[in-house]
Amino acid sequence: MNAVGFPILSLLTWLPLVGGLVILSVRGDEATVAANARWTALWTSLIVFALSLILWVRFDRTEPGFQFVESLPWLPEYGVGYRMGVDGISVLFVLLATALTPICILSAWDVIRTRVREFMLAFLILETMMVGMFCAADFIVFYMFFEGVLIPMFLIIGVWGGPRRVYAAIKFFLYTLLGSVLMLLALLAIWHQAGTTDLAVLLHTAIPPAMQSWLFFAFLASFAVKVPMWPVHTWLPDAHVEAPTAGSVILAGVLLKMGAYGFLRFSVPMLPLASAEFAPLIYALSVIAVIYTSAVALAQTDMKKLIAYSSVAHMGVVTIGIFTFNVQGIAGALFQMLSHGVVSAALFLCVGVVYDRMHTREIARYGGLVHRMPAYAVTFLVFTMASIGLPGTAGFVGEFLVLVGSLRVNFWLALLGGSGMILGAAYMLYMYRRVVFGRLTREDLKSILDLSPREVALFAPLVILTLWMGIYPSSFTTFFDASVGAMVDQHAAFFPPVQLAGVLAR
Amino acid sequence: MIYAVAVFAPLFGSLVAGLSGRLIGDRAAQAVTILCMILAAICGSTAFVQLVFQGGSPGTVALGTWLDVGQFQAPWALRYDTLSAVMVAMVTFVATLIHIYSVGYMGHEKNPVSRFFSYLSLFTFAMLMLVTADNLLQLFFGWEGVGLASYLLIGYWFDKPSACAAAIKAFVVNRIGDLFFAVGIALVFFLFGSIEFSAIFAAIGQHQNAIYHVLGADFRAYEVIGVLLFLGAMGKSAQLGLHVWLPDAMEGPTPVSALIHAATMVTAGVFLMARMSPLLDYAPGALAFITVIGGSTALFAATIGCAQNDIKRVIAYSTCSQLGYMFVAAGVGAYQVSIFHLITHAFFKALLFLGAGSVIHAMSDEQDMRRMGGIWRKIPATYALMWVGSLALAGIFPFAGYFSKDAILEAAYASGSAVGLYGWVCGMLAAFLTAFYSWRLLIMTFHGAPRADHHVMEHVHESPPVMILPLVVLAIGALVAGFALKGLFIGPDWAAFWAGSIANAPDNHVLAAMEELPVWVGFAPLVVGLAGIGTAYLFYMVDPEIPVRLAARFGGVYRLLLNKWYFDEFYDWLIVRPYFALARLLWQVGDATLIDGMPNGAAALAADGSRRIVKLQTGSIAVYAFSMLIGLVVLVSVFLLFR
Repeated sequence: MNAVGFPILSLLTWLPLVGGLVILSVRGDEATVAANARWTALWTSLIVFALSLILWVRFDRTEPGFQFVESLPWLPEYGVGYRMGVDGISVLFVLLATALTPICILSAWDVIRTRVREFMLAFLILETMMVGMFCAADFIVFYMFFEGVLIPMFLIIGVWGGPRRVYAAIKFFLYTLLGSVLMLLALLAIWHQAGTTDLAVLLHTAIPPAMQSWLFFAFLASFAVKVPMWPVHTWLPDAHVEAPTAGSVILAGVLLKMGAYGFLRFSVPMLPLASAEFAPLIYALSVIAVIYTSAVALAQTDMKKLIAYSSVAHMGVVTIGIFTFNVQGIAGALFQMLSHGVVSAALFLCVGVVYDRMHTREIARYGGLVHRMPAYAVTFLVFTMASIGLPGTAGFVGEFLVLVGSLRVNFWLALLGGSGMILGAAYMLYMYRRVVFGRLTREDLKSILDLSPREVALFAPLVILTLWMGIYPSSFTTFFDASVGAMVDQHAAFFPPVQLAGVLAR
Repeated sequence: MIYAVAVFAPLFGSLVAGLSGRLIGDRAAQAVTILCMILAAICGSTAFVQLVFQGGSPGTVALGTWLDVGQFQAPWALRYDTLSAVMVAMVTFVATLIHIYSVGYMGHEKNPVSRFFSYLSLFTFAMLMLVTADNLLQLFFGWEGVGLASYLLIGYWFDKPSACAAAIKAFVVNRIGDLFFAVGIALVFFLFGSIEFSAIFAAIGQHQNAIYHVLGADFRAYEVIGVLLFLGAMGKSAQLGLHVWLPDAMEGPTPVSALIHAATMVTAGVFLMARMSPLLDYAPGALAFITVIGGSTALFAATIGCAQNDIKRVIAYSTCSQLGYMFVAAGVGAYQVSIFHLITHAFFKALLFLGAGSVIHAMSDEQDMRRMGGIWRKIPATYALMWVGSLALAGIFPFAGYFSKDAILEAAYASGSAVGLYGWVCGMLAAFLTAFYSWRLLIMTFHGAPRADHHVMEHVHESPPVMILPLVVLAIGALVAGFALKGLFIGPDWAAFWAGSIANAPDNHVLAAMEELPVWVGFAPLVVGLAGIGTAYLFYMVDPEIPVRLAARFGGVYRLLLNKWYFDEFYDWLIVRPYFALARLLWQVGDATLIDGMPNGAAALAADGSRRIVKLQTGSIAVYAFSMLIGLVVLVSVFLLFR
């Protein structure tokens, strides 16, 4: 059937749901249920993570197409099937999702005290949806998971969130749903055109040029909101601020990658002409995102909001990279997505640590934490530097590769898109200074405690991963080298070899 | 192998001290880092001696893959050639001395200082990665790594708001240069298809006439690369415009100023120019730009140095100015000379900084020279060592600075170009000012009537041997490095010494031209320097009223210099405050009002609209029947009219 002999992708997808059913069946008083729910969720997610490591080991890094393929007929007469498969582009996101879920569950351990069972259930459903979305090799299946992610996330923000949680949850839901409706239309049009929804076939189906533009904008509406790109980004700060820590972590870590993943999966390979035609639009929006949101981040007074805005800026770099259509750009975008998944998730955890103690995210309420929390200060510094893109940390590799890729397109794109290097340093260091450095003057901070063993267990893998990705990124880039290469070749085949911008004569 | 040990021993020391400093205690952490540094220094010097004097062959030490995406390859590797080996030997040597000195200097700290030693060693490691890089990206790794260490060490006393602000300023200003550097690396890859030095230098001939279109005009690609890399160097080496972080960086502990902001990190830009010399030699436009900026910085920073009152800031501006000299040398194609000055400068400037640290230590952390004076009898060793450093800085025979500064000015003059002449004129004027502010510093600090209060004066004491001994070693370096190294670095056999690690284009004869200059060119810097010393003696020793009268007479000029040409104020007005204002504007107007206004408005409209429509449903049968009747009438009339 596939490389491992059993349907591993389906197992990874549906196992969390089984864990959820177990949680549902627990009976007893509230404390028992809560404890059981926590442990069941943790063990389920850990088992899923352990299973997903099979992908790491058995994935054939030289093969650009889908692997571990599963296919069951579903609506055979309409060309729809339950098809699962991962290629170099999606496989690491599956691993990212399975790795971050146990961390999220652990981070919510004794922070979530109400409706623990439902919270854990929502998280396991969310994991099913995320993993399913990255594993889907059929457009209809993809669409269902893509939309399905909304439901548990909507509940996580709306039920366990902060004071303005309802506003934030509804804004999050409506923004993303509005975009998705257009994607559904595009999906139907493509289905009508190709007669199947099998991605492996669709990726090589020629779509008439006249249709490509409309499809491109339909996709853009959906994915731009998810990325999020400027100017449809404002749902993100609200959602992050109101969401509980675990929700923010998974939102920044995995959910934000869905939009860029969509661009890579659908827009670029299926609509090459429209993608190339409208790339300047994407560049413009992305550069605005980098500069505009970096500036806005500097003015923030709320730690989570600051990091949320920084996410928009970092994802701007991702969208630039995707639409450079060259190996360095796309590989850089993929790497930036992965590193942002780790680093921003860790930054939200860092905020969560102090929020759990002081119940405020106001930057001005902190200062001088290094006196009481040296281990926290070091951890926070590692991720701050990774967010700034210091070489040797995960953040640098993607940003630099995108810079290299974008220089092939245009000098100013490289320079302006790279300006996040400067602006990012300004807002992150400014925040770090106000929170961690300085004198410890506030009375209530004088008894604040350093990282607990549980928190150390949360951060240790993320620190290791951040440095690993920075020092030996080849462990990760080899996964997508073949797929990216094939994608770039396929894209280039649509265009006659033109003189690259820049160097004219030798 | 020993070369790799020289690079990684400091990293090991840093990790041990940083991760287990609290566990093993301060003493052990200091011992570990210092032992690692001594090991590194021994290995570094041995590697240098083996390569240069024992016929060792250059090569690379491969360590592994870093990046390999498409054709973009950047391995981890250590480059072993004369230029790298010289730098490794110098960096490990100076860093070891400064580690030892720090034991004494940080002895009075209340908090554990294992963190300080960890940072120092981390810095040394990053600097070594920078100078041994085999490709531009690894150089960038070291480049940013020293930036991180610099940030951490400037902000070492994190309780001080000024130190935190200075740390951020240093990092962000450096990042401006770094962005251009990164774009430059990308352009190198674009042009050469590789960022490894050997591949770039091998292909220099092929791409000479490549054109790159930018800023609405066509430039030769080498010129663009040269300018981009130099913009990066301007940030790190604090050249005019991006120099503003260096004086503020003096907020860090003094050993940091000596190691990072004098001897090593700030010279990374000069090193980069020498490393890229095979390419830069084919970029005359970029070289001219480098010369002009370097010369301007040399003069500009020297003028500020004459009016500052903080002992460390005077030396900081002096560093800025000396870096300008090095860029002048690089700009006229005499890269060997710039590295020569880099090495001698490392000795005497580290000596001056550590001497200043010794003074500050003696004066109970006083840094303002207006509250010093009359202490030379109390700390004679420091006094004598500061004299050695100042003599070397001012370029007085036979101290190290005499040889290297002389060589720079000769090279600038010998280049024969207009920009070379500009660099020479700036350099000569700066040489006078250098001598002037050095003796101003000496006299204000050590001579005259004591201006500190009697509590401080009672406490004035000579520093412990652990601080004085490193100074003595550096003083010996400041004394002998000039004539010991001149023959090797820029003597007749320079080509054999550098063995291709610094390459000149076939038409670059500046080193040969230096030998054929009129005699007066060689003597002029010495004369100017002595004149500067004489002037300072007259102003501050003989008649201290002269500078006061001058300051009153030329108040505008004096305030301009005292306020550092108002660069900080100008940037604050031009960039910092507008940027903060823009940030708030974009947030509160752009995001909260305009962008969020649309969905919020749509939501309000929908809610409002439905509330009105609800009112139609009154529940009265009569109203419903009446509206049905009207509807029917309208329908029938439309049907009849348009049938």
